[in-house]
Amino acid sequence: MATPISTADVAHVARLARLALTDEELEQFTGQLAAVLAHAADVEALDTTGVPPTAHPLPIDNVLRDDVVVPCADREEVLAQAPASESGRFRVPRILGEAP
Amino acid sequence: MTANPALDLAAAVRRGERSAVDVLEEHLARVDATEADVHAFNTVLGERARVAAGEVDAAVARGEDPGPLAGVPIALKDNLCTRGIPTTCSSRILEGWQPPYDATVVTRVAAAGAVAVGKTNLDEFAMGSSTENSAFGPTRNPLDLSRVPGGSSGGSAAAVAAGYAPLALGSDTGGSIRQPAALCGVVGVKPTYGVVSRYGLVAFASSLDQVGPFARTVGDAALLFDVIAGHDPADSTSLPGAAPVASARLGEGVEGLRVGLVTELVGAEGLSAEVVAGTRAAADALAAAGAKVDEVSVPATVYGLSAYYLIAPAEASSNLSRYDGVRYGHRAEGAADITEMYVATRSEGFGAEVKRRIMLGTYALSAGYYDAYYGQAQRVRTLIIRDFDAAYQSFDVLLSPTAPGTAFPLGEKTADPLVMYLNDVCTIPSNLAGHPAMSVPWGAGADGLPLGVQILAPALGETVMFQVAAALEAMAPAGPGSSAR
Amino acid sequence: MTAATATEWETVIGLEVHTELCTATKLFCGCANNFGDQPNTNVCPVCLGLPGSLPVLNRMAVEYAMRIGTALHCTVQSSLFHRKNYFYPDMPKDYQISQYDVPINADGWLALPDGRRVGIERAHIEEDTGKSTHVGESGRIHGADYSLVDYNRAGVPLVEIVGRPDLRSSEDARAYVDELRAILVATGASDGKMEEGSLRVDANVSVRRRGAPELGTRCEIKNMNSLRSLGRAIEYEAARQIAILEDGGTISQETRHWDETLGRTSTMRSKEEAYDYRYFPEPDLVPIAPSAEWVKAVADALPPMPADRRAAVAEAAGMAPDADPVVTVVRLDLDPLLNAAVAAGADGELAVKRLANEVAAGLEQASTLDPRAFAAVVGMESRSELTTAQARTVLKELLEHGGDPAAIAKAHGFEAMAAGALSGVIDQVIADNPGEWDRFAAGEDKVQGFLIGKIKAATGGNADLKEASALLRARRG
Ligand SMILES: [Mg+2]
Ligand SMILES: [Zn+2]
Repeated sequence: MATPISTADVAHVARLARLALTDEELEQFTGQLAAVLAHAADVEALDTTGVPPTAHPLPIDNVLRDDVVVPCADREEVLAQAPASESGRFRVPRILGEAP
Repeated sequence: MTANPALDLAAAVRRGERSAVDVLEEHLARVDATEADVHAFNTVLGERARVAAGEVDAAVARGEDPGPLAGVPIALKDNLCTRGIPTTCSSRILEGWQPPYDATVVTRVAAAGAVAVGKTNLDEFAMGSSTENSAFGPTRNPLDLSRVPGGSSGGSAAAVAAGYAPLALGSDTGGSIRQPAALCGVVGVKPTYGVVSRYGLVAFASSLDQVGPFARTVGDAALLFDVIAGHDPADSTSLPGAAPVASARLGEGVEGLRVGLVTELVGAEGLSAEVVAGTRAAADALAAAGAKVDEVSVPATVYGLSAYYLIAPAEASSNLSRYDGVRYGHRAEGAADITEMYVATRSEGFGAEVKRRIMLGTYALSAGYYDAYYGQAQRVRTLIIRDFDAAYQSFDVLLSPTAPGTAFPLGEKTADPLVMYLNDVCTIPSNLAGHPAMSVPWGAGADGLPLGVQILAPALGETVMFQVAAALEAMAPAGPGSSAR
Repeated sequence: MTAATATEWETVIGLEVHTELCTATKLFCGCANNFGDQPNTNVCPVCLGLPGSLPVLNRMAVEYAMRIGTALHCTVQSSLFHRKNYFYPDMPKDYQISQYDVPINADGWLALPDGRRVGIERAHIEEDTGKSTHVGESGRIHGADYSLVDYNRAGVPLVEIVGRPDLRSSEDARAYVDELRAILVATGASDGKMEEGSLRVDANVSVRRRGAPELGTRCEIKNMNSLRSLGRAIEYEAARQIAILEDGGTISQETRHWDETLGRTSTMRSKEEAYDYRYFPEPDLVPIAPSAEWVKAVADALPPMPADRRAAVAEAAGMAPDADPVVTVVRLDLDPLLNAAVAAGADGELAVKRLANEVAAGLEQASTLDPRAFAAVVGMESRSELTTAQARTVLKELLEHGGDPAAIAKAHGFEAMAAGALSGVIDQVIADNPGEWDRFAAGEDKVQGFLIGKIKAATGGNADLKEASALLRARRG
C-alpha cells in the first residue's frame, strides 16, 4: 500500500492543480483525501496480474473524420466571452516562462 | 396502462387539440407558484420558450408535424451547452458564460419539437449526490422541502417531480440521474455509454458521463430516450449503428425473462432496511408476473465505489484544467502574472467539492501513483465488466436498489465526503461497465418519501430494460411521486 | 579548450523534430489549417477547448503520420492518444492530446547521405499549441507587460520524430535534419519550412570522454529556428559542458534556451522544476488500429525517398551516393532530367555534372527546361560534338530562352570539328610559331598553353581542347 498522503503531498498537488489552499483547507483536504484513499485500499490491494486496464467501456476504434474544412466560429462571438481581449486576441497577464 | 404526460401532450399538440403555447404557460405557472421554494432552475427561459412554443403551433397550423416531442416542455441540466443561454454547471467559474453552440442532445430535442423551459441546478460540475454543492444554492425536494432532491441532476429531477416539465435531461457519471430520480419519485435513465452523444455536455469524467432522460413514467422516458439516442459523428465515443429502441417492447410483460437480484448490491454498505425490502418486493412482483428471478453474485461490484473515486476525479482533474480565466468564464482581478491569475481564478471559482476531487484526481495521476491508483482502478473496471458479462450469461436484466435510502435532510451528509459518496454505491458499477441502468419508483419509505429500484441491463440492452421497467411501474405500490400532476 | 582536449571528448546528440502536417484541417476539428490568417479566425469550440466540445481525429493526419513512419522504416502500429497535462495560456484545454507509450510509429531509422543510420525511437501524432505575442518594451516574453494569444495554430496536427542519440557532431545533426526534412517533403506530409515554424528542432546534447561506455548527463536545447542555429547551439552547448567537466564540475540535467543574437544557451528550467504531466489515456478518443491493408496501401503509394533517388543517380553517374553532384541533383529534384538524358543515350556522369552546376545555377528556369533538349545538349557533349565550354553556353541559353540545342549551337558557330580539320589547324599553328614548337618538342611543357591558346583562337573556340593537346603531344612523339 502506498504511504498515507501527507500535507506536503496535498500542497504539491494543489500547486500542480493551480489551487491555493489556506492552512485550514490543507489540513481538512489531507484528512478527506486520506479517507478516500484508505477506502480505495481494497482496490489497491487487489491482485490484477494479467488484467488489462479498461480505458473505454465499449471497445471501438478508428473513428476518423474526413479532412474537409467546415466554417469556423465567429471571432466576435468567441472573444465576447473572453475576460479580456485586444486586437482580435485573448489578453492574459505576463507569462513568466516558455512553454514546456 | 399509466397515463404518460409527455406522450399525451405531444399527441394532443400534434393533432392540434392543444396549443404548445398554452401547454407552456400552464407549466410556467407551476414554476411561478413554487420555484422560489424548490430552486430547480438556474435559468428559466420564459420568452425564448414562448417563441419556441409559438413555432411549434405555427408548424401544426401549417399542417407540418413538429415531431414526437411536439410542444412538450423540457428542463435541461445546466451542464448542457445552449447557444446564447448561460451554461454554468452551477459554478462561479462559468458564471455568465454563453456557449456559441448547442449540445447535440439539445439540438435533437428541439428538432423533435420539445420546448426548453430552463436550465436546471446541479451539484457544481455534476460532483455530488444532493445538489447542495451548487454555487447558486441548493435545490430542494418538491415532495419535502426540508430534504434534498438527490444529485447531481437534482434540479432536473425536481423539475419533473414539481410538474415544471414532464421531461428533463440530466447527466449520469456515477448515478447522477438515477439517484435523484429515486429520491424524487420519478423515472431516470442512464443509457449505454456511447448511445447518447456527449457533444456539448460539459465533461466531468469523460469515460463515465452519459446524458439521459427524466420522466414521470417509463413510457415518457422511452419517448425521450428514443429522441436523443443514436450515433453522433461529433463524439468519437458515440457508438456506430442504430441505437436500441426503448419503446419497442413496453407493455409486453416479463413472462419468461430472467431477472437477477445482485447479491453484492442488495447487501451493499449503508443501505436502509426498507430499501432492501423494497427491492426484494420488486423482485417478488416480477416473479409473480412470470419472470424467472434468482439471486446472482457480481463479485467485483464491491470495488466499484473505490475504483470510481479514483477514475472520476482523475479524469475530472484534467477536464477542469481549462477553467483558467483565459478564454471564458470567471477571471480573478489584479493578478500580476499568469500563474497568479490561474491560481486566484480557480481558487475563487471552484467550490470545495470540486477542489477536493481535482486534488484527489491530480494525486491519483501524479508521478509515482498512477499505477497504484488510476491504472489499478482501470483494471478493476475490467473485472467488473467481466463479472457483469458472466451474470448476463444467465440473466436478461439485473435488479438492485437505486439509492441507500429516501431523500435525506439538507446538510445531513455534507460534513463527510465519504458518507455522501456512499449514495452512489449501487449506481456506480453500471457507469464503470458502460452498461445501461434506470431507476423506477417503487412505493415509499416510512417517512412517506419515494423509493426506487434499479434495473441494470447489458450494453445496448435498453429495450429489455425498459420492458422490465414498464412492468415494474405497472405493479408498483403507490408512492408520493406517482400522484398525477 | 585546447584542440588536444577537444579530441578527448565526444559529443552525443539526439534530436526531437516537430513537423506540422499539410492537412486541410486541424487534427481534431474542421477548422482550416492555414498559416498567417487573421488571429482567432480559424477557431471553433473544439480547438478553443470550450466546455463540452470533443475531438474527432482527422483521417488525413493519420495517413500522413503513417507515411512518415513508413519512410523512416518504423513499425506502423495500433496506437492510443494520451493527455499531457500542464497549464499554459497557448494550450486551450490546459492539456495537450499526444501519443505517449503507444505511438503510431516505433523503432525505425534514417540513413544519412554517407550511409550511416540514425535510430528513430518513435514518430507520434500530437496537436500544436496557439501562439502568444508579448506586449511591452522588450517585445519578448521576459519583461513583457502582458501577452496576447491567437489560437489559429492550436490543434494543428504535428508529428514528433524522436531520434536516438546516434549523432556525434553538429555536422551530423545538420545532415540529419536536412535529410529528415527532405524525407518529410517527399512524403507530402510537410512543407519542411523551418523559417515558418512548420519544422521545429529540439536537441538533447551531452558529452563524454571518448570511449566511455555511458552517456553523460544531457541538456535539452530549445528555440533553434534554422540549421545554422542548430549547429551553433550544439557547438556552444558541447563546449560549455566540456568546460564544466574539465573544471571538475558536473552537468545538471535541464532545459536550455538558445539565444541566437547572444550566441549562447541559458537555463530555462531545471530538472527539479520539471513538470509532472500526469499522462493518462485520452478518454474522448478511441484507439487507431490501422488495418494491414491500409498500412500496405500507404507503403505502396509512397514515392521514392531521397536516399533511393541518390542511389539511382549515383549509379547512373558512376559516383558515390554522397558525392556532392549526386546530393545536389536529388535535393533540387533534378533527377527526372537526368533520367530523360540517360534514356536518350547521354552520358550519366556528364548529365549529373551539368545538372549540379549549370542547371542548378539557373534553378528558377529549370522547371521550364525541356528534358529532351537537355538530353540533346548532354548527348552532343558526350559525343564530343560540343566542347564543355560550348555545352555550358548552349545550356545557359536553353535555360534562359528555351529553343532547339542544335540551332543554338549553330547560331553560335559551334560547328563540330572533324578530327582532320583540327589536325590542319595544328599544322598551321606549328608553321606560324616554329620557335615555340621547337621548345615544346624539346620537352618544355609550359609552352603547351601558348600553343593551345593559338589553336583556340584559330578555331574561334570551337576546338575540343583536350583533343587538341592530345594531338600536340602525339606530334611531339
Ligand atoms: Mg511532444
Ligand atoms: Zn477548430
